[in-house]
Amino acid sequence: MQHEIKEAKEMSGKLMLRAVAAVLVCWAGSASAQVQMSDDVIKIGVLNDRSGLYADLSGQGSVIAAQMAVEDFGAAAKGMKVEIISADHQNKPDVGSNVARQWLDVDKVDIIVDVPNSGVALAVNDIVREKNKVFLNSGAGTSDLTGKACSPNTVHWTYDTWALANGTGKAVVKTGGDTWFFIVADYAFGQALERDTSAVVLANGGKVLGSVRHPLNTPDFSSYLLQAQSSGSKIIGLANAGSDVTNAIKQAAEFGIVQGGQNLAGLLVFITDVHAIGLQAAQGLILTEAFYWDMNDGTRTWSKRFAERNGGKYPTMIHAGVYAGLLHYLKAVQAVKSDSDGAKVVAEMKQLPTQDALFGNGEVRADGRTIHDMFLFEVKKPADSKGPYDYYNLRATIPAAEAFRPLDQGNCPLVKKG
Amino acid sequence: MFELLGIPPQALFGQVMLGLINGAFYAMLSLGLAVIFGLLNIINFAHGALYMMGAFVAWFLLQYLGLGYWWALVISPLAVGLLGAALERLLLKRIYGLDHLYGLLLTFGLALIIQGLFQNEFGSSGQPYAVPPALQGGHNLGFMFLPTYRAWVVGVSLTVCLVTWFVIERTKLGSYLRAATENPALVQAFGINVPRLITITYGFGVGLAALAGILAAPIYQVNPLMGADLIIVVFAVVVIGGMGSILGSILTGFGLGVMEGLTKVFYPEASNTVVFIIMVIVLLIRPAGLFGRAS
Repeated sequence: MQHEIKEAKEMSGKLMLRAVAAVLVCWAGSASAQVQMSDDVIKIGVLNDRSGLYADLSGQGSVIAAQMAVEDFGAAAKGMKVEIISADHQNKPDVGSNVARQWLDVDKVDIIVDVPNSGVALAVNDIVREKNKVFLNSGAGTSDLTGKACSPNTVHWTYDTWALANGTGKAVVKTGGDTWFFIVADYAFGQALERDTSAVVLANGGKVLGSVRHPLNTPDFSSYLLQAQSSGSKIIGLANAGSDVTNAIKQAAEFGIVQGGQNLAGLLVFITDVHAIGLQAAQGLILTEAFYWDMNDGTRTWSKRFAERNGGKYPTMIHAGVYAGLLHYLKAVQAVKSDSDGAKVVAEMKQLPTQDALFGNGEVRADGRTIHDMFLFEVKKPADSKGPYDYYNLRATIPAAEAFRPLDQGNCPLVKKG
Repeated sequence: MFELLGIPPQALFGQVMLGLINGAFYAMLSLGLAVIFGLLNIINFAHGALYMMGAFVAWFLLQYLGLGYWWALVISPLAVGLLGAALERLLLKRIYGLDHLYGLLLTFGLALIIQGLFQNEFGSSGQPYAVPPALQGGHNLGFMFLPTYRAWVVGVSLTVCLVTWFVIERTKLGSYLRAATENPALVQAFGINVPRLITITYGFGVGLAALAGILAAPIYQVNPLMGADLIIVVFAVVVIGGMGSILGSILTGFGLGVMEGLTKVFYPEASNTVVFIIMVIVLLIRPAGLFGRAS
């Protein structure tokens, strides 16, 4: 622990030197003209929450993941010049849109990466399409990005609300949790997650008794928990994320919700959230993730490298998605030999099979959805954990073919109806 | 059984109770602000950051020294109070003669710096802090399950608020304080060390924020952003109550907690706006606030 703190201190010293929009440049070793770039450089913009409730699960970690992707791809050796910039969207769609426009119009950014917060992501999705650049989403959840809002310029890498509902929702209904009450973050993500989970619950023979919507970033959940308690449902579904979900889980323990016979289903819980709640309160929680550091040698090696650069903090699935997605993007740019036509690069990303150490083999579908396995985990008991970040037991692997919404059910206009 | 607006009375009692609990935090924080503004004329925007520091000191004590909740309850307000006194001596002292805006900008800047440093060091998802064993569990009141810890929070907060009010409004020390703000030169002429009195007052107001921070630690995460989330609402409470009115800030704190709690039942989407709607209405009707004196 002390060692970690020391590392964190060293890191923070470095971080402070960077302004919010720090610019990191990876120079090309030899400037051979194999790949023709617009203005000779591939410019990556990492846009996410760097100061609010989603800063730990995306934030600076996503910038580190992007740097690692550029290094591991060997951009310099391949004669490609890559530059990474980053900014804070403060979870506000207007701020995010302004940054995106500035980046694409003035700063010649070629690809916008990450963008947690579905509200911001949907706004950026439209702007990137209009400017014909690339939007590689890892952080946002709404399944609309590959549904009715799908775009030929967007790839949705890591997870989405449909996959979460399908993982956690189905598992919970099948083990007897057939009546649900939802506590929902009142914005695009929470609403999409509630919608997709309700559909799963109903399709598996369960019932939804009600829901309550709370504003984003709410400190006190006791009122909502009490409403959930009086609904008499077997399951309280938490359709929120970040500190909203950790506060809700912590306060549910305080109000004796679980002792009262109701169970919590955290529909989007990241490893950073489990770390913040502590195993004592989080044990037994079932959750769906696309990535966990302790899966195989590839994920372990990468995660340890990441943690060394991130003040000892381990990666979330969002960080992993930024890394793997960018690797795939760089491969596509190399194949197309240009980064100027966003739609063309994304079309190439859909052609090439995906392959990396973190997500294994997969594909990017016609609607922009990246297909890979998803995993159902159960949070360990404190006694079973060997130390910080040793938190999950694998309960089930959801094979790629079943993990995401079938292509014909998303109403994506890019998908031809057969 | 009767129903009020479609909600069974039991559920309603439960929500009123929860509102009082949240109101307890508003009351303690706005009390500190009111004391500082009323006696020092400083709009203390650093209050939220110091509330957060109170919670973090409790976490440090547990993490590095193994000292639990009860120790923290004593040490943390003292430590943060001392820091506050140092801030007052080093920085705030220099701007008493200037417009309110300077104090506001100075403390706002301090708040951003403190918060930024903590966030860089500890991230944004927070640190766990458990409810002390003696206060775990709860009681079934018939209409709701009341966790023991929340009852404790309301008790402590009410006691602290009333004692503070009593000391300032009804004791000799309080009368010195009030006199010192009205006419410092005259009070000094009676042999009272006014600058020290002011430092102590600021330290005390800030210590109240730290105390609220420790009370909050087991309920919320110990999170660098916990103060920033709360401080805006607390300022609205102070404005509604009447800037500087001590009793006003206590009553408004609890009252608005209840209003917010009820909004969470009837129209939850508006629960974080309702305080500001009330503020607008109050300012239109009574510009000096509910309990403030028009100057």
